[in-house]
Amino acid sequence: MFKIVRREEMAQGTVILNEIEAPLIAKKARPGQFIILKANETGERIPLTMAETDPSKGTITIIYMVVGKSTAIFRDLQVGEGYQDVIGPLGKPTHLEKLGKVVCVGGGTGVAVLHPITKGLKDVGNDVTCIIGARNKGLLMMEEQMRRASHDLRLCTDDGSCGHHGFVTQVLKDVLEKEDIKLVVAIGPVPMMKAVSNLTKEYDVQTMVSLNPIMVDGTGMCGGCRVTVGGETKFACVDGPEFDGHQVDYDELMLRLRAYAAEEKKCHSDYCTIRDAQ
Amino acid sequence: MAETATKKKKPGRIAMPEQEAKIRARNFLEVPTGYTVKMAQEEASRCLQCKKPACVAGCPVGVDIPGFIELITEGDFTGAMRNLWTKNALPAVCGRVCPQEVQCEGKCIVGRKGEPVAIGNLERFVADYEREHGTGELPPKADPTGKRVAVVGSGPSGLTVAGDLVTKGHDVTIFEAFHKPGGVLVYGIPEFRLPKAIVAQEVHFLERQGAKLEVNAVVGRTVSLDELLEQGFDAIYIGVGAGLPRFMNIPGENLVGILSANEYLTRANLMKAYEYPKVDTPIPLGKNVVVLGAGNVAMDSARTAMRLGAESVKIVYRRSKEEMPARNAEIHHAEEEGIELFLLTNPTQYLGDEDGRLIGMECLKMELGEPDDSGRRRPMAIEGSEFELACDLCIVAVGSGANPLLTSETPDMELNRWGNVVTESATGKTTKKGVWAGGDIVTGAATVILAMGAGREAADSMHDYLSLGW
Repeated sequence: MFKIVRREEMAQGTVILNEIEAPLIAKKARPGQFIILKANETGERIPLTMAETDPSKGTITIIYMVVGKSTAIFRDLQVGEGYQDVIGPLGKPTHLEKLGKVVCVGGGTGVAVLHPITKGLKDVGNDVTCIIGARNKGLLMMEEQMRRASHDLRLCTDDGSCGHHGFVTQVLKDVLEKEDIKLVVAIGPVPMMKAVSNLTKEYDVQTMVSLNPIMVDGTGMCGGCRVTVGGETKFACVDGPEFDGHQVDYDELMLRLRAYAAEEKKCHSDYCTIRDAQ
Repeated sequence: MAETATKKKKPGRIAMPEQEAKIRARNFLEVPTGYTVKMAQEEASRCLQCKKPACVAGCPVGVDIPGFIELITEGDFTGAMRNLWTKNALPAVCGRVCPQEVQCEGKCIVGRKGEPVAIGNLERFVADYEREHGTGELPPKADPTGKRVAVVGSGPSGLTVAGDLVTKGHDVTIFEAFHKPGGVLVYGIPEFRLPKAIVAQEVHFLERQGAKLEVNAVVGRTVSLDELLEQGFDAIYIGVGAGLPRFMNIPGENLVGILSANEYLTRANLMKAYEYPKVDTPIPLGKNVVVLGAGNVAMDSARTAMRLGAESVKIVYRRSKEEMPARNAEIHHAEEEGIELFLLTNPTQYLGDEDGRLIGMECLKMELGEPDDSGRRRPMAIEGSEFELACDLCIVAVGSGANPLLTSETPDMELNRWGNVVTESATGKTTKKGVWAGGDIVTGAATVILAMGAGREAADSMHDYLSLGW
């Protein structure tokens, strides 16, 4: 078992943080890589990109939104309990290099994935501006960590309850207008990554996105995670999870992410009904 | 008894009882239900006990076939099991999934004038009988050598290597990337053909013999080959199997409803999605299912789709029935279960609706021309023969390429141009010192028994190395 040593609820309880004992993975993991978790014997294999690793403590941290049955089961795991299986680190690590001025854009739980990459880009000497957004103030995540990981943090909320009133793309546009940006990293909901990529294309700024499609094994075997990048089929698990944002077919990705939407909805509501009854 | 048999009318081969096609096509229980003791002994008595047995020459791991069959006729099933174990660590598996018709049974002398001895069925009988009735006593093992061996991958070749080397006294650790051991035996071959409890038992046997097992260990990611060597492993065997599934590379392939056979079978077998929603992993349920390809994996996929309640399941294959690579028994079982063969048919594009979901495919009729490089007659499209085939689920079972996960992290190990590991034939030695490889990662997708044969050869070479040096 992979024991949970710390558990926090974030964004009004819709987002959960788990710090998990996994010394081998903690030692090996690099920013941008992901793991696969399976809660119990009948559980599903769920891929999640790591938000933090601590090789000295031998722990890894994941931050996820509760969206279906599997993440609802994860949410119910308490400190001292744990995951039956954790596999990783998987995928290619982020290529970190000193480029000059870079912008990291995060939305929703994508901010958690963005955190180690932002930190990594700062550590190698880049001037890092960070833009993070959420629907409202209560759902904004990891504000303090992101402030520490970057030189300049900009906040946005859809309802204007904190920071800029509007989307991350509006703030990004402003930055792109004023500064010579060498790289944009965008991680969040697919529509956000699509909007950011469309915008940066206009400014001809290299853009990297991290994708989280449906997958089973995470080692290149099932092909469930295939995405079209630059007209070619790629496997997010072994070729990614990071790709050139200007080349990704986001519309196809969104359709593929909905493959099991009906099953997920039913399964989740059944689980919640049973759980609440207990 | 063999003598009397030749004088009188020869007794026919004893068929193994099976679940009736209509019933089994909708459940996941094993199809053949196994011999009784009486059936096994009757079938065993058909063996001529040849002095120079051709069947043994046809077996990739050289099982002493007349030997174990004679022990069956004598009623010494424990002895028969011991005999099998000396050559084959996985008899319950091989009895079920080997292509006997082109190996041992294909060479059987009895088969020249009638039906060959049912060697596979007998092997299965012994393994099953001993599993259910045996004392569970372990075969003898050599004294510890103090040498440590890492086996990467717990599929058929890895388990063979582990079994051979642990018996020879080495300290063996098996690393498996999935959360359960067994490799293709667990994720690929369906329950109705190879019950998972049997695979678990075979692995457990190796653990009782002293082999250690680490699941969730992705060698190449969690730990590298060099780190394993630094940790004190004296030799490593790579048996990571085939990887990246191949697709057709035709328009529309990323529509929802098109899955690789790897994904479909992994969901069904490893994740037990056929029990969904009792388990959490879903599997797409198709009404009209098309399976592309005609090998064993295609048959497994088609039969799984039927069991999951499909109204129609079609195998679409561009050559004719004669060229189908699947075992005869699998094709026969599939047809009995109502699976249709759409032969000499090749899809040219997938058709989807506005939600990006598969609704059909466009196909061309084919005819066979001159033999190609593979020796099989080349399929050629018949002009103007386009037609549409409605389907809401398509499973692509056209093979798989080498997985780059481990090999890309091991630059000092030579690969061929397809990404398969280059090895010395007959020993399985790679170009990296102390590292051997075998099975699908070397040969490309093949069979369980060939992977086991490669494992056997590598294990012999590794034992020499561990005892004598490189």
